[in-house]
Amino acid sequence: MTAPVTLELPPDAAPVTPVGPPRRRLSLGTPVTYVLAVVVSLFALAPLVYVLIGGFRTTGQLADRPLALPGPWEWSNYTDVLASGSFWRQAANSLLIAAVVTGLVVFTGALAAFALSRYDFRGRETIYNFFTIGLLFPAGVAILPLYLLLRNMNMLDTPWAVALPEAAFGLPVTIVILRPFMRNIPGELEDAAVIDGCSRFGFFWRILLPLSGPALITVGILAFVGSWNAYLLPFLLLSEPTQYTLPLGTAVFSSSYSSDTAKILAFTAVSMVPALVFFMLAQRRIIGGLTGAVKG
Amino acid sequence: MTSPSTTSTASRPVSGRRGRPRSSVRKRVEIGLFLAPAILLYLGFVVVPMLMAVFYSGFKWNGLEPLNNFVGLDNYQRALSDPVFRGAIWHNLVFILLSLVIQLPIGLGLALLVNRKMRGRSALRMILFAPYVLSEVVTAVAWLLILQPDGPVDVLMQKVGLGHYVQLWLADGNLVLYTLFVVITWKYIGFAIILFLAGLQGVPRELSEAASIDGAGPWQVTRHITLPLLGPTIRIWVFLSIIGSLQLFDLIWIMTLGGPANASNTMVTYIVQRGFQRSQFGYGSAVAVILFVISFAFALVYQRFVLRRDTEGATTRMVG
Repeated sequence: MTAPVTLELPPDAAPVTPVGPPRRRLSLGTPVTYVLAVVVSLFALAPLVYVLIGGFRTTGQLADRPLALPGPWEWSNYTDVLASGSFWRQAANSLLIAAVVTGLVVFTGALAAFALSRYDFRGRETIYNFFTIGLLFPAGVAILPLYLLLRNMNMLDTPWAVALPEAAFGLPVTIVILRPFMRNIPGELEDAAVIDGCSRFGFFWRILLPLSGPALITVGILAFVGSWNAYLLPFLLLSEPTQYTLPLGTAVFSSSYSSDTAKILAFTAVSMVPALVFFMLAQRRIIGGLTGAVKG
Repeated sequence: MTSPSTTSTASRPVSGRRGRPRSSVRKRVEIGLFLAPAILLYLGFVVVPMLMAVFYSGFKWNGLEPLNNFVGLDNYQRALSDPVFRGAIWHNLVFILLSLVIQLPIGLGLALLVNRKMRGRSALRMILFAPYVLSEVVTAVAWLLILQPDGPVDVLMQKVGLGHYVQLWLADGNLVLYTLFVVITWKYIGFAIILFLAGLQGVPRELSEAASIDGAGPWQVTRHITLPLLGPTIRIWVFLSIIGSLQLFDLIWIMTLGGPANASNTMVTYIVQRGFQRSQFGYGSAVAVILFVISFAFALVYQRFVLRRDTEGATTRMVG
């Protein structure tokens, strides 16, 4: 779903020029605007706040008065989750898989995008289109054969079982973002490098990659977030609880403790935190990456 | 179609085409080395499994026994005549239509709103975008608890006097799709807003200023200047939204497992039910192939008839 678009969003697009009404309308429009903004924000935030605060209540309190504040504040849900070990193990699994996926996607994607952007050869567009078709593949389409393939390779219940397919499915968007970026790096740089005795790979490694930094970070973040949040592949390929990723663990936790609402809320809240923190840190990159991407 | 084109250039004599003197053998090796890792990964875990799905779809097979019960197109016939699968396709279609009719106007409206000069605009943007960053799993688990009978939504409705409108949000087969759609909208509207905001950056301020100097009201400026210039962005959002709706799985699986009584099945939940839960690997593969054909056909048609203008613009710009 994060696929083909080409809109150049300046990453530092903070000051936005208002398209709308000239000044005389502002006084009239503003109160309505603010009310609307508050209503919409409440709708966006209320579920998150409910989960975070609900984790501080007991299931009894939640059942009696679903909307009340905690009284008294109950810390045991959160401390239980954080002390259980399964949360940390799942987070570590997710981190490992996401890191492998990100590394694989960025490395192989950058190499391929280099060949597809700075060499001239027959069949280049065919190969490029061949990759872009992958933007349309939901992993669901290939999931049955993937499962059989990984079972035959004895890789089920290993991090690789999830990481390799996720990386493969992440390649299309990576190449589609990187290629135009690399293509726009001036040819004079390449000529100069060659004259100075740089090999093609040397040019790629020492000049092109560093210059592609922003685009590499963008595709890296997309790959990382995609993997961190993924559910379908871990759900079908990992059955051993010690291998669970965080989303899979969250889903399993919620169905196996279904009577203990407060615990589920605490677990869900804790598993929201990494994504939200990551988002705060990398907000501009994520937004820039999602919007300033590609075109099929 | 899949083999790296190094082989196709190999048959040609060394043509000293433009460029600096570099032996063509060496160039081919270089291209091959640069492309090989990505192509191997992509072939091995995307293309080959896809082709295997096409192959398996001709068999009645549980994934374990020898693959010898060839049934031709039988699986496709069965799938297309199964009311449950037809229902699943219909549900995907409902999600597509609801997204276009409801999310598009809301997303546009909110983007225009956030695009104005106002205090707390960047905070508002961040708030609207936060749900998008969460996984569908977290979203689903949270909403499952929020929507449970006598849960916060029900109690809130009773408090404000809407008590007799309370429903079994997820257990009522006639309602479940719409409930799920609200949750999907909650999660994905931020993406639409951010995308449209990016598009609005490209609308030159001078145009709307000139129009309002000429006496156009805010509505006219929006209608005749902003929206048309936002056209390419909207068309791309529509494309992404439709592809996304066709692929829905995580959220629905966790909230309803496609139920009650298949009322919220999508094509992918149906694949998982048949393929994995009932070990119908041949049949599930046929369904997967149908899903791919639908996505691919849609994408081709959309590219050809809707996105073409935008793409042409992009390529000429890239060349020029």
